Amino acid sequence: MKIQSKLSPALKPYKSVIVMAIMLSTAGIMAFALNADVDPKVTTPVVAVKKDSVASVKAFAAVYKVLMSPRCMNCHPAGDVPLQGDDSHLHTMLPKRGIEGKGVFAMKCANCHQPTNTPGLHTPPGNPNWHLPPANMKMVFEGKTPRQLAKQMIDPKQNGHKNMEQLIAHADDGLVLSGWEMGEGRTKPPLSHAAFKKAWITWLKTGAYAPKK
Amino acid sequence: MINLKINKKLYTVDADPEMPLLWFIRDIIGLTGTKFGCGVAQCGACVVHLNGEAVRSCVTKVSRAKNQEITTIEGLSNDNDHPLQVAWNEANVPQCGYCHSGQIMSAAVLLREKPKPSDQDIDDAMAGNICRCGTYLRIRKAIHLAAELQEKNGGTV
Repeated sequence: MKIQSKLSPALKPYKSVIVMAIMLSTAGIMAFALNADVDPKVTTPVVAVKKDSVASVKAFAAVYKVLMSPRCMNCHPAGDVPLQGDDSHLHTMLPKRGIEGKGVFAMKCANCHQPTNTPGLHTPPGNPNWHLPPANMKMVFEGKTPRQLAKQMIDPKQNGHKNMEQLIAHADDGLVLSGWEMGEGRTKPPLSHAAFKKAWITWLKTGAYAPKK
Repeated sequence: MINLKINKKLYTVDADPEMPLLWFIRDIIGLTGTKFGCGVAQCGACVVHLNGEAVRSCVTKVSRAKNQEITTIEGLSNDNDHPLQVAWNEANVPQCGYCHSGQIMSAAVLLREKPKPSDQDIDDAMAGNICRCGTYLRIRKAIHLAAELQEKNGGTV
């Protein structure tokens, strides 16, 4: 018994307490380690999935067209500066993402982007929740192939910790919906929101298959 | 009636809630230090603080500012002694001066959040404030100087 032999005479009366404390600590550390990878937000999906790879890939083709349109992609840039306009150029003034995706210092998104669209051409579109994805979960659309984007969309470690139900609900998120009402002079996404939502849910409920490329 | 708290003073005025805050500040209250530049949030001349954030008052509706804390250039300090105002004076920053209320109000948010800003921080914070006279180098110099003054004051403004 190495523990016994290394204990000083003064501690010997407490040896059983010390051994129990070590065992309990070990059990606690193991329990923490086992749970470390489990995100409480990610639960087993209860959405009924009827696998159909052909229908799924076809639906994603429609979804992809919307996600890569300027109204969606401009706030999912590859870099830390949002994009702007139908040609998806870098946002003038080069505002930066910041840690939370809400800008930095005097250049925070909500300083110009109001809760609603500002009237007129070339004015800031608005939403109460205007932001980019945060720095630790950039959810980049720009430059992604359909296969890359599909895989990213269903991976909770890359999609904002969303499970199937949350992905379906996300189609009606306020900021997503605002992509169809971005104010004067801005082209809408290529599908209506209803058609996009239908394709999105079809893709997810038929197995969320990623296209080959 | 709408209540607006500007520079710690409460104003109760019958105004259209859709009106830009800038109109309220300049035309109703009469504080003309804040300037109208572009009217579409592109230039930064109209920056004021709304709950400490550097909002562009030309596109911020009065309804958003209702019952919130608003600070204009006139309320940034009691005696024009904010480190930025002192530094601006010392470095003789303005040329025509039109954009500088907005410049200083934006810089004040930077100094609050980053008391010792790097050149990159200054670029990131000030890129939305345009100066047609091209005083950018003096603006940068004055922000560094204000950071030093702020530190000498014990970090307070």
